[in-house]
Order: sequence, then structure tokens, then C-alpha cells
Amino acid sequence: MSNIGKRLLKEKIAKIAMQLSGITITGSLFFIVGTILYKGLPYLSWEMISQSPQGGFYIGKEGGILNAILGSLYLATCSTFLATIIGIPISIFLNVYVKRGSFLERTCKLLFDVLFGIPSIVYGAIAFSIMVWMGIRASLLGGIITITLLTIPIVVRTIDELLKTIPGDLKHVTFSLGSTRWELAKVLLKYIKPGIFTAILLAFGRAIGDVAGVLLTTGFSDNLPKYIDEPAATLPLAIFFQLSSPIPEVQGRDYASALILTFIILIIVICTHLLASKQQKHKI
Amino acid sequence: MHTSSSIQTAETQDLVTTSIPHIQIKDLNVTIEGQRILKDINLSIPNNSVTSIIGPSGCGKTTLLKTLNRLVDDAKGVEVTGSVLVNGEDIYAKDAEVTHIRKKMGLLSQKPFPLPMSIFDNIAYGPRIHGEKNKQVLEQIVETQLRNVGLWEEVKDRLDASATQLSIGQQQRLCLARGLAVKPEIILGDESTSALDPVSTQTIENLLIDLKQDYTIVLVTHILRQARRVSDYIIFVYNGEITEFGRTDDVLLNPQHEITRQYVKGFIS
Amino acid sequence: MLALSLVVIILILVGLGIKSMPLLQAESLGRILTESVWSPLNGSFGFLPFIMGTIWVTLISLLISVPLCILASAYLVEYAGEALRRMVLPLVNVLAAIPPVLYGVWGVLFVVPFLSQYLAPIVGVETTGYTVFAGGIVLAVMIFPIMISIMVEVLQTIPYELKAASLSLGATKWETITKVILVKAKPGLMAAIVLGISRAFGETIAVLMVCGNIPQIPKSFFDAGYPLPALIANNFGEMMSIPLYDSALMFAALLLFVLIFGFNLISRLILNRLEGKG
Repeated sequence: MSNIGKRLLKEKIAKIAMQLSGITITGSLFFIVGTILYKGLPYLSWEMISQSPQGGFYIGKEGGILNAILGSLYLATCSTFLATIIGIPISIFLNVYVKRGSFLERTCKLLFDVLFGIPSIVYGAIAFSIMVWMGIRASLLGGIITITLLTIPIVVRTIDELLKTIPGDLKHVTFSLGSTRWELAKVLLKYIKPGIFTAILLAFGRAIGDVAGVLLTTGFSDNLPKYIDEPAATLPLAIFFQLSSPIPEVQGRDYASALILTFIILIIVICTHLLASKQQKHKI
Repeated sequence: MHTSSSIQTAETQDLVTTSIPHIQIKDLNVTIEGQRILKDINLSIPNNSVTSIIGPSGCGKTTLLKTLNRLVDDAKGVEVTGSVLVNGEDIYAKDAEVTHIRKKMGLLSQKPFPLPMSIFDNIAYGPRIHGEKNKQVLEQIVETQLRNVGLWEEVKDRLDASATQLSIGQQQRLCLARGLAVKPEIILGDESTSALDPVSTQTIENLLIDLKQDYTIVLVTHILRQARRVSDYIIFVYNGEITEFGRTDDVLLNPQHEITRQYVKGFIS
Repeated sequence: MLALSLVVIILILVGLGIKSMPLLQAESLGRILTESVWSPLNGSFGFLPFIMGTIWVTLISLLISVPLCILASAYLVEYAGEALRRMVLPLVNVLAAIPPVLYGVWGVLFVVPFLSQYLAPIVGVETTGYTVFAGGIVLAVMIFPIMISIMVEVLQTIPYELKAASLSLGATKWETITKVILVKAKPGLMAAIVLGISRAFGETIAVLMVCGNIPQIPKSFFDAGYPLPALIANNFGEMMSIPLYDSALMFAALLLFVLIFGFNLISRLILNRLEGKG
């Protein structure tokens, strides 16, 4: 084959390889969701989401995972709330009150980047040690504290990225109108309002899906969560535990639980998307 | 509109020698994303000479240049009709092979863009791609081209150094050498000295004048003085059409059209 | 509030360090890192199986995901139009939102049976499927989003004129990609990979569910393994009853923290330098 023929053939093959890679990667999303849907749908029932485990649930008898669903919702909501009210002021502080480009600013941003990257198991391990040392037993509260610490960097980072997109002129104009830094902060917050909801959703998604952080700190319970200082069930943990059961009925319910969690996550993703496009509309 | 083009064709017939013109453009129309950039271009570029394309910014000069080596294909939403004949063959024919065409044209862009490799590899890049593997041959090519652009003495001891370490004037000469290494027939220059200091500019200009003995050279420039210094022929493009074409002195000193006169005198830019 | 975050990091390091002290006093650092026997009941704390487990699983995931991500990113930037990019990139980012436990479920549902029933017989190996290979495959999918998003960003910063220069010399698009674009983008691509590594190191649950959890040094793709995070997650229950066990687990956490911190730092530095130049 001539030189040019060989080269063009290489290009054709390369192009196919590239397209296959792209399809594999995008396809894996549908594959994963599809597998869970396929296996979990047959076992999904009203009972699953409306009842907590009755006696014998773990050997295949009646009940549902309402305990875990509620537990996760409580946990994620509280943690996200706390993380937001702590994280937003931190981010505002970093971007408004601290001098741009200063050593302090760069160090802190690097710090939060690092905190962002720490796996939840490390957070869990530390929180557990502290709890042991303080004599607190595994409980919903323990989980809330751990997950809050875990999600604060997410909130800080997301808000930080959002604030970066604000045109610098906005800040100058606001200052030149004679406003204080606090008033500037309020203006910035208003500007990125939809983005704040995105940050909240992202944090919530992380909080509700986490296993490693709650494994050691929240315990597990078959009861509906009532008191904050008692162990509580969480959805990811319920999935984790049920998976190793040898009983097919329980395995099936595990897939259904996974499906429920998938639905929750997909709803969050869709909401994030809708918010993101809404934010685009109001951009300057 | 049509009248001026046909006048140009008649004039070009006079100017070009009887041999087949290297480049002939027939009824070329280029539309990019719905906007007509080049309209009914009919032109023959004279062989072994330097032809400069001048005109106000945004009027299609660079697009015209890019149609010559089909780099215009890369633009979004581009539609090209008509034909560009190089040595009698239409490079826009359905079965035309693009890399072959581009090999015939050397491109010198506005800012030098050395490839991310050593000086030697930059120049050897073209020949290697086209199948040359013999080390001695490659060394010979590199030395020849570096001598051609007057860079040999300056870099012969550091051929393995990264090309980005050269000064910007040297880089542009390197790019010229790189382009010459694939033995093109035509050299295209897109404002190739606008990023350079006056000394480097002069070096490149002199090189181009020397090279016209063996190559046909088409340059885009917005510096009228450069066009005057360097070119044998000038094409004036205005609003996507060829308004005037002729020998340098004729166009610059005795423009036939009012618009040309206005541009040459500096009233429009 | 700011001081609080600085304090938090220092507290983590110090806290983990202190809790690891008993172990480090009992054995030398070099020994525990290279010793391959893990038997806390007998007082033997060799971390090598877990370090190797993490390395195996991470390497396999890189082997799978790096070529796929580079090829896909090159396609998205060089061949695909804006419309395709706008459709594909958000989809890939949804992968990042999926909780690890669901990856684990998928791993158990599909990857493990696939390995034990289809792939292993082809290669002539017997396995339960709960292997480092399974862990690697699951991890590979988990790090797709972070690598692709950075790679695409990096490739988009390559100036058009550089590609034009290569094309003008008569190179094909693919040649331009491999010899010019990817070469120019190398630092950025490395940063993406390093970030992917740090993500892979720390992933606990998904890998734990499919890797077999046997504290041995894996010798092949089809061996079971036991990565570092899984060690911590699996054994917290027992740690109070065996001497030095809690210290060992804290040391594992410290090790993990230091490694991830290091990789993150390297990647950020590379990306920051690129941002500054561009």
C-alpha cells in the first residue's frame, strides 16, 4: 500500500477507535442505570417504600426500607443545611474580604481543594475515633456531623467556581457606588442565586449517597429514625448490607433499593440541570 | 461586479506567460455560516513571482489565501463552490486528496508556531510524515533548509534543542524552513512578518524575494510598504471581490478603481 | 472560620499521626510498609498487601480508562461539533454523581459474573470474579468523568494555528493529533491522570464490594486483593479488641491521606502553571 494509503487507513482506524471509546464511556452510564433498573424493577413495590423492616425482613419476609429512606433523607437534609450555612460564608469571605491573589487566599483555596479530595473513609475514621474518645455511640448525630464536614468543601468549591464567573466589573461598579464589602457580598449572592441551589443539590447528592462516612458513625437500625442520638439506617448502607445476603428475595430487594437511590440521584441531576440552564438565562 | 472580474481575467492573460499558470481560480465562491465571504473570484496567479493580496480587514484576504491550500475546510459552516486549479488539477474536485494538495503549498502564518519538538524534528516532521526514514537523507534536508533561510550557522550546534527556545524571528525562519522541507511548489504567507521586529522582517522579506526563483509566492499583507518592497503583482480585495489586479507599480501608483485609490492613499483601512 | 479550616487539616494530620504512634513505636516504618503478613491477632502488621492491592486496582483502572479517555477527548475536541460536546459532556458528568455504592451493586451484578463466567474461562483461569480486575474495571468507570472533563479542557486550549501548521505540511488529522496536539497537551493530560489516580486511591465502597478482600499480594489480574481504604472500612468493628489494631488502622488512614494529598497537590500545581501560561 502506498504511503498515503497507509496513513489514511491509520486515520480511519483511529477515528473508529475514538468513536468506540466515546460510546463506551457514555454508554457505561446507561449500562449501569439500565442494569439496576432491569434487576430492581421486578422487586420494587409500594411495600418497599412505605414500611420499615418487619420481623424476618432479612430472611425474605415482609417489610420495606422506609427506615433507610427516611434516615438518609434526614441525614442528608440536615448535613446539607449545615454545610451550606457554614460553607457559603467561608466562600464569600475568601472571595470578598481576602485580598485577591494573596498568600492567604491561595493557601486557603488549595486547602479546600485538598479537603475536597479526601475520601469519605478518612473522614469516617477520624470522626469515629473522636466519637470513641468522647464516648458517643454511633448515631444519627454522628453521621450528620461527619457528612457535614465532608460536604463543606463541596459547597465552598462550587460557590467559589461560581463567584469566579462573575465579571470583575460588577465588583468595581458596586464598590464605586460606595457600598461596603458586606453589601457587595449580598449583591454577589443574589447574582449567583440559582448557582447556590446547584451547590446545595450537589452537596445533597453526595450526602445521600455516602457509605464510608456513615458506616462507622451512624450505625444501623430497623426502626424509623426518631431521636438524633440513636443509630439510624441509611439507604446506601441498607443496599450495602442486603447485597451480601444469600437469599434471592433479599438480593432482589437490594436491587430495588439501589433503584430507589438511583431515582433520587437522577431527580437531583435533572434539577441541577434545569437550574444551570435557568442561570444561563440571567447572565449578563 | 462581473465586469471588473472579466477585466481582470483579460489583464491576467496578458501578464501571465504562456506556460500553464501554477494557480488558477475559477468562479470561486466561499460562504461561511451563511455569509458570502468571497464572490465570483476569477484569477490566475503568475508563476515564479511574489503576489501580494491587500485590502481592508475583514474583506476576505485571508480566506482567499486559505482556499489555496484548503485550510478553509476547517472553518465552521463553510461552503465552497468553483474550482482552484493547481497545475491544471482542481484541488476542490470530489476525489482530490487533501494532504497531497497541502504538501504542495507551504504556509507561513502570522505568528510563528514551532511544533513542540526539537529544531531538527521540526524540519524533519514533514519529510518523515511523507515516508522519509533514512537518517542521512533527513540530516541533509535539515541542513539544506536551514541554510536556505540563513539559520544554519546560528543553530547548527543545538539542533536537538527545543524549537521554542529560539527568538521569534528565528522561529519564523524555522517555520519557513519547515515548510520548504516538504518541497512545495507554492509558498503562502499570511501576514507573516506582523509579529516580527524590523530586522527579522527584513530578513524574511529578502528570503521571499530570493525564493521566487523557484517558487510561486502568494502573500497576504496589510502593510502597503511591504507589498511595494516585496511583490511583483498585487491583488486588491474589497468586500470579497477582486477589485484590482496588476503589477505592483501599476496598482499602487495608477490604480484603476476609486476604491483602490482610496485604500492606497490610506483613506480607508 | 478560615482559621477553622486550617486547623481542621492540621488536626487531621496530627490526630492521625498521634493515633498511629503506638504502632510506629512498636515497629519501624520501613518494616510495616514492606512486611507482607497481615495478622493482627499475632501482632503482625504488614501493610504491603494493602499497598499492593491499592496499586494493582489503581493501575488496572488506569490501563482501562486512560486510553479510552484520551481517545474520547481527542474525538470530542477535534472531530465532534459543539452540539455533540454539549450533549456528551453533561452525560459523562452524571457518572460522577452516581454514589459509589451503586457502582458496587453494578459491579456485583455484572462485572463479577462477567469475569468469572466469560472472561476467565477464555483465558483459562478459575476465579470467583471477586478480583482486583473487577475493582479496576469499576474504578475505571468511576474516574472517567474527572479525567475527561480536564482532558477536554486542556485540549481545547491548544491554539488552532499549531494544528494548521501541521496540516499545512500535509499531515493527516490523526497524525496531527498524535504528533503535535497530544505532545503539546502532555502536561495537562498528566495532571488529569494524576487527579484520576488520587480519586482511585481513595475510593472505598465500590472497590470493597468486588475485590475479594483477601489480604494477600495480588499476583495476577484474577487474584483477589484488599486495597487500603477497604482495610479501614472493613475492620473498624474489631479494632478495639486487638492491641495496636486501632493504631494500625489510623496509620492506614494517615497513609491514604498523605498519598492523596500529595497527588492532589501535584495535579493542582501542574494545572495552575498551565493556567498561568495560557
